[in-house]
This record gives sequence, C-alpha cells and structure tokens, in this order.
Amino acid sequence: MEMPAPNPAILARRGEVLDQLASVLPRAALITDTTELRAYECDALTAYRCLPMAVVLPGSTEEVAAVMRICHGAGVPVGPRGSGTSLAGGALPSEDAVLLGVARMREVLEVDLADRIIRVQTGITNLAVTGAVEEDGFFYAPDPSSQLACAIAGNIAMNSGGAHCLKYGVTTNNLLGVTLVQMDGTVVEMGGAHLDAAGYDLLGLVCGSEGQLGVVTEATLRILPKPEGARPVMIAFDSAEVAGACVADIIKAGVLPVAIEFMDRPCIRACEDFAKAGYPDCEALLIVEVEGAEAEIDAQLGLIGQIARRHDPVELRESRSEDESKRIWLGRKSAFGAMGNINDYMCLDGTIPVSSLPFVLRRIGEMSTEFGLDVANVFHAGDGNMHPLILFDANTPGELEKCEAFGAEILKLCVEAGGCLTGEHGVGIEKRDLMSVQFTPEDLEAQMRVKDVFDPGWLLNPAKVFPLEASAPRRAA
Amino acid sequence: MRPVTEDDLAEAVRMARGPLVVRGGGTRAIGRPVTGELLETGGLAGITLYEPGALTLVAGAGTPLAEIEAALAAEGQRLPFEPIDMRALLGTDGVPTVGGMVAANASGPRRVQAGACRDSLIGVRFVDGSGTVIRNGGRVMKNVTGYDLVKLMAGSWGTLGVLSECAFKLLPVPEAEASLRSAAMDPSAAVAVMARALGTPYEVSAAARDSDGRVLLRLEGFGDQVARRSAALQAALGGDWDVLDAETSAGAWRGVRDVTAFADAPGDVWRLSVRPSAAPEMVARIDAPVVLDWGGGLIWARVEAGRDLRADLGQFQGHATRIRGEPVAALPVFQPEPAPVVALAAGLRAKFDPRGVLNPGLMG
Repeated sequence: MEMPAPNPAILARRGEVLDQLASVLPRAALITDTTELRAYECDALTAYRCLPMAVVLPGSTEEVAAVMRICHGAGVPVGPRGSGTSLAGGALPSEDAVLLGVARMREVLEVDLADRIIRVQTGITNLAVTGAVEEDGFFYAPDPSSQLACAIAGNIAMNSGGAHCLKYGVTTNNLLGVTLVQMDGTVVEMGGAHLDAAGYDLLGLVCGSEGQLGVVTEATLRILPKPEGARPVMIAFDSAEVAGACVADIIKAGVLPVAIEFMDRPCIRACEDFAKAGYPDCEALLIVEVEGAEAEIDAQLGLIGQIARRHDPVELRESRSEDESKRIWLGRKSAFGAMGNINDYMCLDGTIPVSSLPFVLRRIGEMSTEFGLDVANVFHAGDGNMHPLILFDANTPGELEKCEAFGAEILKLCVEAGGCLTGEHGVGIEKRDLMSVQFTPEDLEAQMRVKDVFDPGWLLNPAKVFPLEASAPRRAA
Repeated sequence: MRPVTEDDLAEAVRMARGPLVVRGGGTRAIGRPVTGELLETGGLAGITLYEPGALTLVAGAGTPLAEIEAALAAEGQRLPFEPIDMRALLGTDGVPTVGGMVAANASGPRRVQAGACRDSLIGVRFVDGSGTVIRNGGRVMKNVTGYDLVKLMAGSWGTLGVLSECAFKLLPVPEAEASLRSAAMDPSAAVAVMARALGTPYEVSAAARDSDGRVLLRLEGFGDQVARRSAALQAALGGDWDVLDAETSAGAWRGVRDVTAFADAPGDVWRLSVRPSAAPEMVARIDAPVVLDWGGGLIWARVEAGRDLRADLGQFQGHATRIRGEPVAALPVFQPEPAPVVALAAGLRAKFDPRGVLNPGLMG
C-alpha cells in the first residue's frame, strides 16, 4: 500500500505549528517526543506504520475546535483516531499530519432511560456504553468484536457492525445525534434525542465517512432493553452448500435470529485445536442464536431444529444452559486468536448476497490452491458479511504481498457476486485502491463531492477511502 | 416527461433548460410548490430482484408500493418501517411509489422498533442534477464501502437527484399480532406509560396515543409469544387494558400510521419529531388536537389554518414540518436549521444539482 510522500513545506513548519498547538492544549495533551509517538504509529493494520508530526489528545469539543482551527490555518492535515483498533488502516498517521486522538474524552454526559438514549463523549469504549446502562437493564446494540477496546468515535467513523446486527442493525441505525467539529473548527450539532433529520440526513452521511468529514466529539446513542434471555443452537453439515441453503430456509420461515454465524472446516479445526469447544469434524458449522423468554427460545430453536433436520445435519446441538451456550460460542469467539496461534493472518471483510455463498466459497477454495495460501472462513451468514482469514508468514519475504494480492482477488469476487468490498471494517488504506472495482468514476466523484463540501481543502484524513489517483488532484489543490 | 429507462431519465435531466418538478405518484405533496416541467418516475417500474432467503428486494423507483407489498406478502415478508400513506390526510390521489416513499423517508409506527425508511434502504441508483447516473450502496445489508449517499438520498425530496432504483432489506411478517388499548389518558400519563412499555424486553413494536387519548401498544411475534408478552406487559404496566385481536389491532395502527383522525377535519397539520419526554409540554403549548406516535417522539398536530406553530413552541430539541396547509411565505414547510447545517445543505445542493433544476425551493 502506497502512501503519498509527505509535503516538505508542511514538515518545515512543524516547530511553528507545535508552538501554536501548545498554546491551546494542556502540556500532557500534546505529544511530540519520538519515543512517545511510537505508540501511535499504527492501528490494528500493523503492517503499515508511520510516525505523525504530533499527537494531540484534546479533552473537550472546544479544544478539538481550537486544534482544528490551527491546523486549518496552517494547512496541516489532521488524522482522527479513536482507540486505534481499525483493521483497515483508518487511523494510520502520516508524517506531515497531526494525529488527533479522542482518548481523553470518555465521559458519559447523560443517560435517559425513559427516552432510551445515552449521550457520551466519543472516546468512551463501545463496551463501556453498555456498561453505563447495564444495571438498569439496557444495552447498546452494535457489538464489534473489538468492543472492549474500540471507541465510539471509531465506531461512528467506520459505521461498525458486529455479530448481532441482523436483528439490531449497525452503528448508523443506532446513532441519533453527533457533535461534529469541521476542519475549519466549526462546531455542528446534528440530530439529538429525537428521531430523523429536519432536512438532509447529514448524520447518516457522517456515519461511516471514516473521519474525512469532521471529528465527532459527542454522540447520542439509542439504547435498548436487554432481552429476557438468549441461547444458540449449533448445527454441523458436511457441505457448505447445504449449510447455506439451511440459512436461507431459516430466514424464509420467518424466524429472525439475533445472529447466524458460519465457519468452514479450516476455521472449525483451528478453533477446536485452540479452544476445545467440542465442535464436530465437519465441512460447515452454523451457530444460530435466538432471544426471548425461556419458552420462546424453546419454540424458536425447535422450529430452527425442524428446518435444519430437513437438510440432514451431521450434528445438531441445542444449548440448554448458560454453560452450554458459552461452550458453543467459545470456539467462534476465539477464531481470530486461534488463527493468530498458528500463523500470521489477514482478515478480510467483504459482503456477498447470501445466495452466492456456495459459489463464493468454492472459488475461494480454488484461489487458495492457486496462491498457495490457506484460508479459513468465518462469517455472519444472516447478512452475508464474510471474514476470510488468509494465513501467511510475515517473515517470508514476498508473502505479505502475495497475501494482499490474494485478498484483493477475494474482494473482487465479492463485488462480482453482487456484494461489496467491506461490510463493517471500512475502506481505510486497505481497500482504497480497490474502490474502482466496485464504483464507477462517477460514483466516486459523487462521494468526493461530499468531502469537498465538508472539507474543501481535503485536510482531514486525506489519503484514505478513495483511490490515490482519484483523489490526487483534490489533495494537491 | 415520463422516462421508462434510466438512460432516458438521465437524458431528460441533462436536457432540462429550467426547473423540473420531480414526481413519483404525487401522493406526498409536501414542501413549497415548485413550478416547472413535470418529470414523472412512474415509468421506471418493476421489481428487478427479490430474494426472500436474503431478505432483500430491489425495484425501480416508479414501482407502485402496492405491487411491492403484494409481492412481499406472498412470501410472508414486508418493509419493516410501515410507510405512511398520505392520500387521505393530504387529499391527494394517485399511486404511492417506492421512489416517493424514499424521497420522503416515509416511516410509520414501527419506526421506534425497526428504524425509518432510511434504515431499511440499502442501495440507490439516481440521476443527479447534471444528468449523471450515480450508484451507492448495493443489494447487501451490511455495506460500509465508501460514503453513505443512500441515507442522504432518503428524505431529500428529489432535490439532490432523481431516484431510479432502490434496494431494501426486509423483515418477515410475524405470525401473530395483538395490541393493548387503555382508556383515555392525559399526555403526561400516556407518555410515561409508553416509555415504560418501550423499556420492557417484550419488543413493543409501536406505542401511540390516538386522537381520543387512548394509549395503544403493539406486540408482534409467534403465536404463543404474543399471548405471553401481552400478559407480561399488562402485569408490568398495571391498569386496565383491552386486548385487541390481530385484525382490530391492524386497523387501529393503520389509523395511527395514516393519521386518519385528521383526514377529513379542517385546519393545518404539523408533524413534530421531539424528544419523547418533552412531548407533554409540547402538547400543552400546541393546545390543539394531537396524535402521539413513537412513544411521544412523533406528534401530529391539527391547528388553525395559517398558525405559526413554531413561534408558539419556542426552542425545542427536534423539528416541526408543516405537512398540510395553504402555502404561506412566512411559514417555511421544513424546520429552519442552524447556520452551519444550512451551509452544508446548500453546499451539497450546489454539488449535486449545480444548475438548480431539481425541485428547486421545495425544501426552502
């Protein structure tokens, strides 16, 4: 992945810009020392690293606005950062840019159970939002697997999803309002504790814009009453095709599970070796979870079982207790850890129409042989969001490049099948140059026009999302 | 003009020499009236893809909503957001279309549980003001590839582009439905009881106070589940409740959805989206007939013709739209917004419709 060469004119002004920043921030909120900057050189896409010009950690919307005004005035790019858990390089710094982290802004500003909302500063972690309302019987629905660490700021920037979004939607469906600081320091309020926009849905535009339209400092989120209970059933098949057909039948029958997770043989094996969850030796495994009171869960799992049996499963294990539920989920939840245990891996995130599942899995298998790299597939089957994990050895020269090329082919396949490049991780730098596979130049132009409106100078997180070539004239202007 | 292909639509916009009045079925006649050449989307009709097993449907923007609903019903599915039919309220006739529904971001009572139209909309194709075809989103329900122009198009009333195709995610129609109905309650008591109901784990799919002041709470699910939840909800809330069977419940909610109480009654109609707990105070300031939906978050008010309701409401969190009433220059239809938002909206309009030909002035 190529990044633009840093602008020497900006680098030459570093001292001057740092002095200005120091005048509006507390001492501890401005990091310029090389050793300390190291901690911010990458996000979870660790293959790419770069030291920023400086890191600022403002403590309020006002401080964010002050920083933005300074950078805007000096023509210095700004890269926003939540907790730095992006798998797509969304928070990768540039040498000629200031990295703006919201990590010091983690207050819960308001909880209103009657209106079912919570207002937070966006540095708060995803899980801490649920933590703030859990005792009252509520939760925040989007649940990316990094939820212990990831910040709401990053969730909003990437429109994060999770395993339970089949029923509850992704971030954009649970976000009611934001305080956004534009590149020139203008503070804009969008939405609030009420529903829907008065005019254009700017909130919907900001969510998922990968920190390119503004820095979101505060957010109003929808909270939901916790379900009475939840239990999964594990269903094993000797063919991925049959597992796919079973998923479609479950959905067609009118059951709306809260999650349908799918694992293929390589993934099942790795998880089993790692977590000893008691998964059977089979080609495809489904974990289907439903919610409700005990009797309701029994009824739904009964119906799912009936449907599944028509597809002749190798094994069907309905959880009867919390302990059993935990065991069923254990393997799935440790999938990434299990992979990390055997090898370096790259996690992809394309989405496909559920009906293309068998075809796509077969093609990935063929490509795996062609590239000589193993792939394990784990994915959210209800919504078609795949996470192929390509295994490679980072210490073997050329293997990372081969892995990236393979990954690109898989994502192109997703688009070809009627899907998209990324279902929940975002484009960042990782999929930036593949955007032209999914979009025409006109489609991309329409999106870039939005950035022109919010950030005419293209100073916010500039070399991300759009193919470098496509955004070059704007970034140079 | 009534193009029948997307290419023709693009050509029509490209060739426009003056303002275009973009229209689907013409049933949602809201906003400042626009004069110009009529551009109808009714020719871009037909379901292009429906995969029940993937809960997705794609259709031309001019497809009649009734055709979509019939196709979905045949598979036991539906559009989750329960779009309002405005014909009775506005006295319009014609056929509601998919594109019109999206352009208005039309949602109904289930919005509190299943989200708005914009939440179920997963892809669009549209022609911008220069006549360029643009695609955004797609046909899969989880997609964060690039900026979300899908949301921007929903509720933009044809001022940023003319929709040619829309894709939706769907939900199964639950096996059973029932509603609880109370005796008349004052707005404070009604909003409080609706908040409590929506805070239970029984997945109340709609909560309203009808024009007679009665609170309605809807439960949907499998047969046994609805019966059990109905009992549990009554126990949790206390008080006396009538249980409405599926058919009566469906009729009652159609009435709330379409605000039929105000259909044949005189006066202007306003639609307010507010913080639910603020609703009782708002209703007091409105001091006119109201219907509350979304647990109090949506207020429909019928007031005397020409009244400047916003002036009487003062500052509040949310927005008020003048849905019905003779045009009055001093009464913007859409809520005036703060300066930075106005600047962004104007900027977007200048980018997407640089010549100002798409429904100019409709949104103010």
